[in-house]
Amino acid sequence: MASVEKIVDPDKARRKIKADRRMREIMANYYMEAKTPKAQRGKKIAWITSGGPVEPLHAMDVIPIYPENYGAMIGASKMGVPLCEKSEEMGYARDLCSYARADIACATVAGGPIGGLPEPDMLVCCNNICGTVLKWYEVQARYYNVPLFILDTPITHTTFNDDMRRYVTRQSEEYIAFLEMACGRRFDYDRMKTVGDLSIRGQQLWQEILDTTMHKPAPMTCFDAFFHLAMIVTLRGTQTAVDYYEMLLAEMKERVAQGIGMLPVEKYRLVWDNLPIWYRLRWLSEKFMERSACLVADTYTSGWTSWMPYVDQTDFLGFMGESYARIFLNSGTDLMAENIVRMVKKYDAHGVVFHSNRSCKPYSFGQYDIQRIVQKKLGIPTLMIEADMVDERSFSESQVETRIDAFIEMLG
Amino acid sequence: MDHFEFFRRISDNPRGYAVDWKQKSGAKVVGHFCSYTPQELLVAAGALPYRILGSGADIVHADGYLQSYCCSLVRGGLEDALAGRLAFLEGAVFPHTCDSIQRLSDIWRMNAGFDFHADIIMPVKLDTASAAEYMTAVLARFKADVEKGLGVTISDTMLHEAIHICNRVRHSLEQLYALRRQNPQAICGSDLHAVFKAALVMDRRELADALEALVTVLKTVPANEKPVGKRLVLSGGLCSMPDIYQVVEASGGHVVWDDFCTGARYFEGMVDTSGDPLQALAQRYLQRVVCPAKHAGIYARGQYLLDKVKESHADGVIFLYLKFCDPHGFDYPYMKAMLDDCAIPSLMFEVEDQLSAEGQLRTRCEAFLEML
Ligand code: SF4
Ligand code: SF4
Repeated sequence: MASVEKIVDPDKARRKIKADRRMREIMANYYMEAKTPKAQRGKKIAWITSGGPVEPLHAMDVIPIYPENYGAMIGASKMGVPLCEKSEEMGYARDLCSYARADIACATVAGGPIGGLPEPDMLVCCNNICGTVLKWYEVQARYYNVPLFILDTPITHTTFNDDMRRYVTRQSEEYIAFLEMACGRRFDYDRMKTVGDLSIRGQQLWQEILDTTMHKPAPMTCFDAFFHLAMIVTLRGTQTAVDYYEMLLAEMKERVAQGIGMLPVEKYRLVWDNLPIWYRLRWLSEKFMERSACLVADTYTSGWTSWMPYVDQTDFLGFMGESYARIFLNSGTDLMAENIVRMVKKYDAHGVVFHSNRSCKPYSFGQYDIQRIVQKKLGIPTLMIEADMVDERSFSESQVETRIDAFIEMLG
Repeated sequence: MDHFEFFRRISDNPRGYAVDWKQKSGAKVVGHFCSYTPQELLVAAGALPYRILGSGADIVHADGYLQSYCCSLVRGGLEDALAGRLAFLEGAVFPHTCDSIQRLSDIWRMNAGFDFHADIIMPVKLDTASAAEYMTAVLARFKADVEKGLGVTISDTMLHEAIHICNRVRHSLEQLYALRRQNPQAICGSDLHAVFKAALVMDRRELADALEALVTVLKTVPANEKPVGKRLVLSGGLCSMPDIYQVVEASGGHVVWDDFCTGARYFEGMVDTSGDPLQALAQRYLQRVVCPAKHAGIYARGQYLLDKVKESHADGVIFLYLKFCDPHGFDYPYMKAMLDDCAIPSLMFEVEDQLSAEGQLRTRCEAFLEML
């Protein structure tokens, strides 16, 4: 058993990220606008999947709403279990994705955080993250009786080929046509150009922020990234996101310059894989902190920049389909393993923590192989935590704590 | 005389059949998991398309590769591969359907050690023009993969011939469905199950002949009484194919239709023989009722089920749900609601693996039938 001493941290106040407050403000405003009654709001609302191309929505002045971000809020506010149970009463099996279950249940009860999401005028579903979103959005298309657009992004098991390229490019055009139909006006190509630039800029900034943790001590951890991620997901393509990330990046650089780390003692550096365990963020972050283990990077928050290599700055729309199709979750297990190996090297990590997430099969199946690949290529210890991102019933505190202890011992 | 003896022997030991076939023919056996595998292309290549159902053996190896929250079809299939029970295969084909199969393809490719591996990364929506175009391109790519992987060239003539054979199979299977509906004296659900299970692995030429012979014989069986029992439609996912028909029939039900990919979806929709063969194959997939992992409108499967219940004058529906199956799990509530709206009673039964099913299903099935 690793002995855990309480670390007294005189610098606790200094370590707090100042930008947090601004972030909360922005998110509150965003939801406030979306929740304004339709007549006063004027804008239409689209529900869209987290990996979906949001930029054309911004170009058409449609407010994007992310049920997955909402799922995270449900999880973080520990409202997941009653909602999951409600969905089970509605006939949904307990083994389905808990984001989907919680959202489907929430739609019918007008409960949950912020009193439920504003109703959609249209749905945009991109299956680059999973097949679950297709089924989930079908459910909501029936429930709200609104048009559904599916951007179908073939997976890159090993290679992305020309047939796929042509298919996703054609669909980008169909997407525009769908929006023109749903909004009742012509697509604004000029505005699209601006939004595209802002999106790329936002992604670059986000990646730069994530990269500041290459410094030792790391100015933030992946638990902070989980929080600040909301912006790149929901407001990607807006000036607001760019401004905010510029501010956050400046703060991170300042911390680096002053040598302020997020942990009082940073002995071990770790990489996290899979979605956060939303209802246990604080608990987990403290467990690792008490053991001087800093989670310097994760595969999840960097997922929103993983299409960067395939973006063409001069023709965002032309490459949109391909760049969205080629995110890392939509690729083969071995490619995902390479991504982790690269991250371990880049952030100079000592180990990898895998969250085996019952909810997310495409993210979790294959983790055993990735674990073996990491061990073989890098010879570093790994930890597998069995849990679920929202449904607390699948979390065993004592088991997780024991595993963390055993893992830390292996780190030496 | 038991006309089903021949099929039953194969369905009891599909592996034995494939191994024999391989020895006799000297040709290759290719495994697959899904009715979206264009068997015509494999048949045209001279190979035997072999649907992997999982032998139901204990999970020993697969636990190191797949978490416990994975359906028994995927786990069971991988287990058989890793344990060497599928060593007679040249390799396997993975049409992109659900998330579990998607990752199984990766895990299989990295660990199962076969020479041949093909992904059919088909569209998820099957109701748009661009998807139709893409689907045809995917089939052309798969054809090239098969040619390269099996070292053959597939001519249009060979492909046309394969399409013809597979259409003959479909036609016979359809006739068997009709027969079962009209005359359970000739063929009961359990017999049909054996025929289907055999049909998923048999040499398609041999199968086409055997089925035609079977249909001819069965047509002569006199219907000495009107079909009895409550008329039922089965729905859901039964990828691993336990013989639930027997259970349903023993409790007094009469199965008149299903929407299984190992049932009606296997034979529904003929492939057009007039035009370009690849386009014709693509068309069949675009027109056939979708599997729940695919999209063709938001009510497609529910409407199909309703139509079939009405067409076959069924009294009720039994949903079978394989634990951990996402696509079916999401479709069940709305399909049930559509039935409820038309006052069609239904029962939901969750199957974890082959063994757990029978006793419980029987009790619940009897109660359900009594209620009808
Ligand atoms: S958690 Fe996984 S299964 Fe659920 S919506 Fe996200 S990617 Fe899909
Ligand atoms: S049973 Fe469901 S989860 Fe399993 S392979 Fe079939 S569709 Fe996929």
